[in-house]
Amino acid sequence: MMPGGGRCAACKYLRRRCPSDCIFSHYFPANDPQRFVCVHKIYGASNVAKMLQQLPANLQAEAADSLSFEARHRVEDPVYGCVGIIHRLHEQIHNAETQLARTQAQLSVFISTRID
Amino acid sequence: MGGSSPCASCKLLRRRCAKDCIFAPYFPSDDPQKFAMVHKVFGASNVSKMLQEIPVHQRADAVSSLVYEANARVRDPVYGCVGAISYLQSQVSQLQMQLAVAQTEILCIQMQQENNPLQTTSSASQMDIQDDKSLLLSCNNLNLIPQYLGFASSSNAIQDPLKRESLWT
Repeated sequence: MMPGGGRCAACKYLRRRCPSDCIFSHYFPANDPQRFVCVHKIYGASNVAKMLQQLPANLQAEAADSLSFEARHRVEDPVYGCVGIIHRLHEQIHNAETQLARTQAQLSVFISTRID
Repeated sequence: MGGSSPCASCKLLRRRCAKDCIFAPYFPSDDPQKFAMVHKVFGASNVSKMLQEIPVHQRADAVSSLVYEANARVRDPVYGCVGAISYLQSQVSQLQMQLAVAQTEILCIQMQQENNPLQTTSSASQMDIQDDKSLLLSCNNLNLIPQYLGFASSSNAIQDPLKRESLWT
């Protein structure tokens, strides 16, 4: 149950009473319904509850955030989800390493041709 | 899978594997762990619904990315794939910094050379300054990398998931 007695986004969406020990209430507040809609669509409410319950309480918030992030990206990109981001980052790293090598090679030339 | 053995999904779910089973092309019976991971994280019915909404020619890639995400989540129940993204972003930032340092050094040397033209050999004086400017411009494009998140990471080395020889099964 949310502070003030209202239902959390999960219990609102699932059309059920929000108990005082609801596993979702801290991480899926009523003011962000889309957050729970995404995780429910991708993982299902019971999977999310199971995953959160298997974690220590101090890590559940981070886990809920990362599940929301992955679910949102999977909804936006049903084929690759956030794996597409990982691939793009790998490409950017490859490009950056290539440019860095070129720049450092040019720097070596500059340094070696400088007369002190 | 018709008269042949059921696919890994139908084996795990203990049901008859229909000829048009949506899982059969992607979860062969010789790799039960692949479906087991995906089922554990996403659930079979959610995976089925997701695949049904994707054109057939893209389903293999979708399954591969779901398997990747499921494996990442099982390995790291708190951050999953997001841990990898955080780590790779920090790598990009480090490279940007190194590039900026190298570019600054080149600029300093160029300025010194412009102020003291006699301080270089003839080959350096023939250096094409325009090349360096376009190098700087192209290097600055790295600043356009979007910051996807600000999570802490618990991952180690991360391979490119879309390189076929790495994590795709």
